[in-house]
Formats: sequence, C-alpha cells, structure tokens
Amino acid sequence: MGIAEYFASLNFMTLLKVVPGNVAQGLVWGILALGVFITYKILDFADLTVDGSFATGGAVTVMLILAGVPAPLALLAAVLAGCLAGLVTGLLHTALGIPGILASILTQIALFSVNLNIMGKANQAVSVDKYALVLSSRSNSTAILIGLVFVAVIIGLLYWYFGTEQGCAIRATGCTPSMAKAQGINISSMKLLALSLSNGLVALSGGLTAQYQGFSDINMGRGAIVIGLAAVIIGDVLHSAIMRKKQNFGVRLAFVVLGSIIYYLVIGIVLWLKMPTNDMKLFTAIIVAIFLAVPYLKERSRSSFARAAKNGGGHNA
Amino acid sequence: MLDITNVSKTFNAGTVNEKRALDSVELHLNSGDFVTVIGSNGAGKSTLLNAVAGTWPVDSGSIVIGGQDVTGLPDYKRASLLGRVFQDPMTGTAADMMIEENLALAARRGRRRGLRWQITPAEREVFHKRLQSLGLGLEDRMGIKVGLLSGGQRQALTLLMATLQNPRLLLLDEHTAALDPTTAAKVLELSDAVISENHLTALMVTHNMKDAIRHGNRLIMMNDGKIILDVSGEEKSRLTKADLLQKFSELSGSTLENDRVLLS
Repeated sequence: MGIAEYFASLNFMTLLKVVPGNVAQGLVWGILALGVFITYKILDFADLTVDGSFATGGAVTVMLILAGVPAPLALLAAVLAGCLAGLVTGLLHTALGIPGILASILTQIALFSVNLNIMGKANQAVSVDKYALVLSSRSNSTAILIGLVFVAVIIGLLYWYFGTEQGCAIRATGCTPSMAKAQGINISSMKLLALSLSNGLVALSGGLTAQYQGFSDINMGRGAIVIGLAAVIIGDVLHSAIMRKKQNFGVRLAFVVLGSIIYYLVIGIVLWLKMPTNDMKLFTAIIVAIFLAVPYLKERSRSSFARAAKNGGGHNA
Repeated sequence: MLDITNVSKTFNAGTVNEKRALDSVELHLNSGDFVTVIGSNGAGKSTLLNAVAGTWPVDSGSIVIGGQDVTGLPDYKRASLLGRVFQDPMTGTAADMMIEENLALAARRGRRRGLRWQITPAEREVFHKRLQSLGLGLEDRMGIKVGLLSGGQRQALTLLMATLQNPRLLLLDEHTAALDPTTAAKVLELSDAVISENHLTALMVTHNMKDAIRHGNRLIMMNDGKIILDVSGEEKSRLTKADLLQKFSELSGSTLENDRVLLS
C-alpha cells in the first residue's frame, strides 16, 4: 500500500466514533490511576500489585454478579478484595522485611492463581442483556456519565482523606520517613493503609472495566501498572505546566484522571492510524519511558558536564 | 528526667566489623539540664542520642525518660516524650508539605491521628505566633512547601516543631553542622532561647568545642563508647578549649589530632 492510499484509507469519522469509548475507558482507568498516584506519588512506593489486583477486581465483580449479587454490591466486594491484596503486599514488606517492589511482585504473581481460582477458568463473560450492570460499552454516553460520577466522588473523598490527620501522616511517611517517626507516626501502619486504599481503588477500576467490556479475563491486568503510571505522569506534567504556582491537591487528582483519558485517546488515534495492535504494549512502554525521562533530560539540559565543558572548559587549555 | 543505666550496644556483632558503640554508659540528667556532648569521630555521641530516641534496641541496660521506662519501645512510641532535631536539615521536615502542615504534624505528636481535619484555625494562630518568635519571616509564608526553605530555615522550623509541645527531653544531633557559620550561630542562639524559655531538658551533640563550652550547664566527653568526662556548673563555665584538649589526651590516652573537633 502506497503512502497516498494509506492516507486515503483513513476516515476521520471513524476516529470520531471511537472517541466516546476511549473517554469512557479513560475515566474508568482513571480510578486505577488514582490508586497508582497514592502509592507512586504519595507513599513513594512502586507497587506492582496493581496488575494482579485489577484482575481480582474484575474476577470478583463478575463472579458475584453471575451468582445473582447486585452489581453495586459486587463492586463493593471487589474493593474489599483489592484492599486485602494491598494489605498482603504491605505485610510482606513491613512485617517480613521484603523490599517493597519485590513484595508487590510476589503478591501480583500469587494473585494470578487466586484470580484463576475465583473465576474457575481464564475468562468469564457477563452479559448486559441478562444482568443489571453499572455500566456497559453498549451505551458509551451512560458509561461516561457513570464514570464521571465515580471519579468525582472518589476525588472528593481522597481530597478530604489526605487533608485529615491520618492522611497527612501517610503523606509525611512517603515524603520523609525519619520525620514521620520523630513525630510519633507508625510508618508501617501508614504503608498498610495506603497500599490497601490504593489497591481497593484499582480493584474498583477492574470491576468497572469488566462490566464495561462484558467479561473478566485473567490477563486483563497485564501492564495495568504501566498504564496507571502513564496516566499519573501525563497528568502531573500537564498539571504543573498549566496550573504553575496555583497548585491544588484536588485539581492535581483531576489531572491524573485527565492523564488517563488522554492516554486512551492517544491509543485510539494510534489504532486509527492502523498501527498493529500487537505493538500497543511496546508503544505504552515507550510513552511512559519518554515522560519519565523528560524531567531528567530537562534538568540536564540546564546543568550537565557536557554543558559545563562547553561554557567554561577549554579556556585553560 | 533522663536515666541511662548501664547501656551497651554493639554493631555487627560476630563479624570483622564488630564495633562496641556504647560501652556500659551511665548518664543521669536532672530536669532543666542542658548537656552538650563532645568527642571524636566514632566516639558514640550520635549513637547515644539514637539509643535514647529508639532508632534500634540496645543490647543491655535501661533507658528511662521522665520516669517512663522506654527501653522496650520503638522510636515512634517514644516520640511523645522527645523532641528531635537532626544533623541533615532534610531529615526533620517533610519537604512536599506546607510549613503549617509540618507544624500540625508536630502538634499531634504522641496522639492518635484520626479523621479530623489536619489543622484548626486556632492552631494556625498559635503557629503564626510561634513562627514570629523565630524572627525569620516564616509566619507570612505558612502556606508554602518546606522544600522551598533554606537549610537554616528548615532547622529553625524543625526546632520549633520539636518544642511545640514541651518535650520531656530535647535531642539535638549536630543540628548546626550542615549550616554555614552565620546561620549555625543563629540556630544555636534560637536553641538556647527555646530551651531556657521553656525550661527544657536537652542533650546536644556537637563537634564544635567552643559551642560545647559556651552552651548548656553541663558537658560530657565521649571516647570509644564511654563517657570519659562529665563537668557541670562552675567547673564547666571555667573550661577552655585548651583544657578540653588536654583532658582528652589525659583521659583517652590519645590526642585529638586529625579530627574535625580541632578544626572548629
């Protein structure tokens, strides 16, 4: 296919048609991104439990709905299951002294078996025709509305929680553990709280995603942490660029969700450009790597040995 | 106010790096004592403070603060009795949090942290007044992040946080060592003022002999995990740097050459 034919084959209308779906997905995954924000940004803990707990959320939700439990209750159970997963990672780290990232990998791999046991097989469908689901890809406008409500309530609750004494103790733990301890804060408890809260949100996102797509899959969480990180990083970069000095915690959280929506819009465009679907994970990894590298490279362009040599070096030679 | 009885601590026991950091240390502080701790590198000064703060458990002996035996308590459970200022200005405050948030965290030291809002309007007024007393203009910048402050400002803030609720014991671990001389002098002056105004009991580690002599009512010198000199009152106020150097070589059998105490 020549380049002209390639461009001719792209139809702008098809792109517009996929936008609502991407926005809905971005909103639902935005809840996962908020969870990742809690561990990665507030607690300073790279938590890979996410890949497992996202699928756990989907598995628990779908199996309970299939068993006749109302979908909202099933979501609540999914949140509790996610909290439990976070707690396991936290205990492996605080009570057994396993480094954080390794503790979370252990939980993640354990959850693969747990999720298979919950579902009984690798994939379980839940049809919107047979069950009253909270949202579905059948109606993207409703899904967007529901997603917005969830996101707004969660951001409100997180804004409140991280402004309370306990929330501040978590923030201090993530920022300067030595200071937190000197102020009488039990940093192990704070880590357990934050990891539970985070994975509860991740599981909620998984439960909503499973309903949206109409099935739960054992592999639905693969790479979820990277997408969450992408959303957090895109959101934070935009937040500091747009808000500059008028930064606010609530707005920052909203930007994280916006980051998730932007991520899915970009994915939509990339697919529209007929890039092979198989390369999506590679593409995501490259995006995250670029966004992670930008602050570092920006700093280096201001001050580096190469620059120092160019500016001042050589004079004595 | 502080009773350290026969406390020992050995690091890396059973290895080639075995180090007896505290060797049957005995120290008793009366209420209102301001003790300066001096000694060469590796003498056990900071180790002594860390033992009191509960950074790790001691091997033997007991530590009692204000009548409460804390020997079996980890650091965060002792925190309600202690105020601490660290050597590294980055250690004592949370950089990503606002000045008033840091103070609010300190105001709740030793209390249960629940779901009440982190800071009350009444507290904000108190913080404003206390910050004013530092004379650094921080009272008008309570909403900025601590990470934007200089090292000296951060140490002054940490000092205020450490003494916001009168602690039974104030631990100052070379808290001016990372500052430039002018700022260090200012922070020391503030420490003096805070300690005397609130009648605090304090233990201050320093590597600066002049500071150790000039401040406090009692001076102890450590060497090899032991307290080798303990002077107070009249005798301490008459001490000179030369006296200290001489006493050190007499008591330790070596000299303080090549040590940073000499350079200060």
